[in-house]
Amino acid sequence: MNTDIAIAILATAITAGTPIMYAALGEILAERAGILNLGVEGMMLVGAVSGFILALHTSNPWAGLLLAMLAGGFMALIHAFLTITLKANQVVSGLALTLFGTGLAGYIGKSYVGIRLPESFRAVPVPVLSDIPIIGPVLFNHDPLVYLSYFIVPALWFLVFRTRAGLNLRAVGENPAAADSVGINVFRTRYIYVIAGGMLAGIGGAYLSLHYVPVWVENMTAGRGWIAVALVIFATWNPANAIWGAYLFGGLDALGLRLQTLNVTVSPYFLKMLPYIFTVLVLILVTRRNMLSRRGSPKALGLPYDREER
Amino acid sequence: MIIRGTRLTIEKRLVPSSSAYLLIPIFSIFMALLVGSIFLYFSGHEPVAVYYKMFKGAFGSRYGITETIVKAIPLTLVGLGVALAFRMQLWNIGGEGQLYMGAFAATWVALTFPEGSVWWVMPAMIALGMLAGGLWALLTAIPKAIWGVNEIITTLMLNYVAILWVDYLVYGPWKDPAGFNFPLTAVFSDAATLPGLFDSRVHAGLFFGIVAAIILYLVVYHTRWGYEIRVTGENPGAARYAGMNTTRNIMLVMLFSGALCGLAGMSEVSGIGHRLQHGLSPGYGYTAIIVAWLSRLNPFAVILVAILFGGLQVGGFIVQTSGIPSSMVYMLQGLLLFFVLGGELLTGYRLNRVPATGEATK
Repeated sequence: MNTDIAIAILATAITAGTPIMYAALGEILAERAGILNLGVEGMMLVGAVSGFILALHTSNPWAGLLLAMLAGGFMALIHAFLTITLKANQVVSGLALTLFGTGLAGYIGKSYVGIRLPESFRAVPVPVLSDIPIIGPVLFNHDPLVYLSYFIVPALWFLVFRTRAGLNLRAVGENPAAADSVGINVFRTRYIYVIAGGMLAGIGGAYLSLHYVPVWVENMTAGRGWIAVALVIFATWNPANAIWGAYLFGGLDALGLRLQTLNVTVSPYFLKMLPYIFTVLVLILVTRRNMLSRRGSPKALGLPYDREER
Repeated sequence: MIIRGTRLTIEKRLVPSSSAYLLIPIFSIFMALLVGSIFLYFSGHEPVAVYYKMFKGAFGSRYGITETIVKAIPLTLVGLGVALAFRMQLWNIGGEGQLYMGAFAATWVALTFPEGSVWWVMPAMIALGMLAGGLWALLTAIPKAIWGVNEIITTLMLNYVAILWVDYLVYGPWKDPAGFNFPLTAVFSDAATLPGLFDSRVHAGLFFGIVAAIILYLVVYHTRWGYEIRVTGENPGAARYAGMNTTRNIMLVMLFSGALCGLAGMSEVSGIGHRLQHGLSPGYGYTAIIVAWLSRLNPFAVILVAILFGGLQVGGFIVQTSGIPSSMVYMLQGLLLFFVLGGELLTGYRLNRVPATGEATK
């Protein structure tokens, strides 16, 4: 394989991995606060469709991105209210969010299916850096959302592990009763990070409809939201690790696409199965590894917090 | 606890309210339709007229009622399957994929033995359909039981794989040469076709659902093994302490759960399509999750709720002619589940009115 093809695959791996990364970062925040949100797929779809519609009408992808964030955040707010305030079952509420989001996105996007976005996010080569051989074209010839992710990953890592707010966040996810007793507002903390997580999922969805494709197709996330949930376990709830997992899945996507164009004799249906099978296998390996090294999920993940039962 | 600005207090009930069990679903349906009507209104439809048309389409004629039952059959079977798993806190979200694998295996029997007699072809289709669905679920149950691998993600990922597998077959090796290039297999022989009922599309798969509900009820509530499942679901620690074999039970429950979903797939190809085709399920596996939760995992309630959701599916199909996207049905289903979840708070709590001047503050 010559270097040009390798560079093209690596660059595509980054674009294909970016939406999954945004969604996974969002889910890491929510789960760090102790709230499992299985509505990622639904939040991404609503983000994708709302961002697309506004970007189409305003010819401004940034406006679309903003709306996608708000829409994702609003979706997450429903989950937050049900699971934090009403203490509903987090698994079922998340599933409901995905079903609702899939239906809602299909409903409002019906008349927009297949329209091509005139003004999408386009690649902007970074001056100087993009001239570096190999690294330049792989890392620095992308759209603004990829560059944004280069900053968000270290920023979130710093937030979670090096700030007071991050310490509070982790305390709420590990032991909400103890966090409460030292004066941390458990309910507010959980609301903030679940909603922030929804906003990031919204960006992930909008990335698909505003850059990666860029058209709106029903169910265009095709399970990426669920892969993001798996990625959180892979990343052991650490934002810095999400980057490797996301690019690994992106690479698989890119490889599948590339193989199809190279007239490989494998049926495209089998190539399309790869990311899903890979997710299952990786999840099994990672769960075993986490178990052996005692790296588990936040202790209070999935459990409602009830002050009366403290 | 005081709700700010009002004189109402929320008090925890010691025993959940029993009247709420019935009121919550009714209240939830009403609220879901109400919120749904907002979306309908803003996309230029007359909500009341749409709902009336849906209801009339699903329950207002002989054809509508039989079509509703047609949709309720797979919803019942998959609903029973996932309810069994949910009972043990096993989140089998893979009903859709298990349904597809059951349909695949049953189709294999039908296509491989077109000359076979009904006396063994039909039992073989049922057995292999259930086996395929069960094994597909077992693939996720083994890592769950041994290492605690999250079954929500693995069952869901395998849905995509199963659907792609069936697509591969119907677009490729199994495509009917006489099918004008449509993604479907050849039509099954009569021996491989479930008999129809009531002179309609309703088929003998109806009995599968009823029989499965009775068996599940007896097993879950009247056997030792059923007791183990219930205990494990409610208190895994206690189950382990009492010496119950949780690892084995996880695998068995997922195997049976998948088998019921596989049976749904078998009855769809044998009773409805009479062939395997692309897009054979409009998301029964996902709708069944709501059916199971709404029926509080009670096998007989599953049948009733499945009929209701079958009607929703048929009604949604009817109003598509008025330009309402089919996705509205899924939106309503999601909303319904939100309100059911929210309403569950009411079963555990009670609102008390407190005299405005009283010392009500805490």
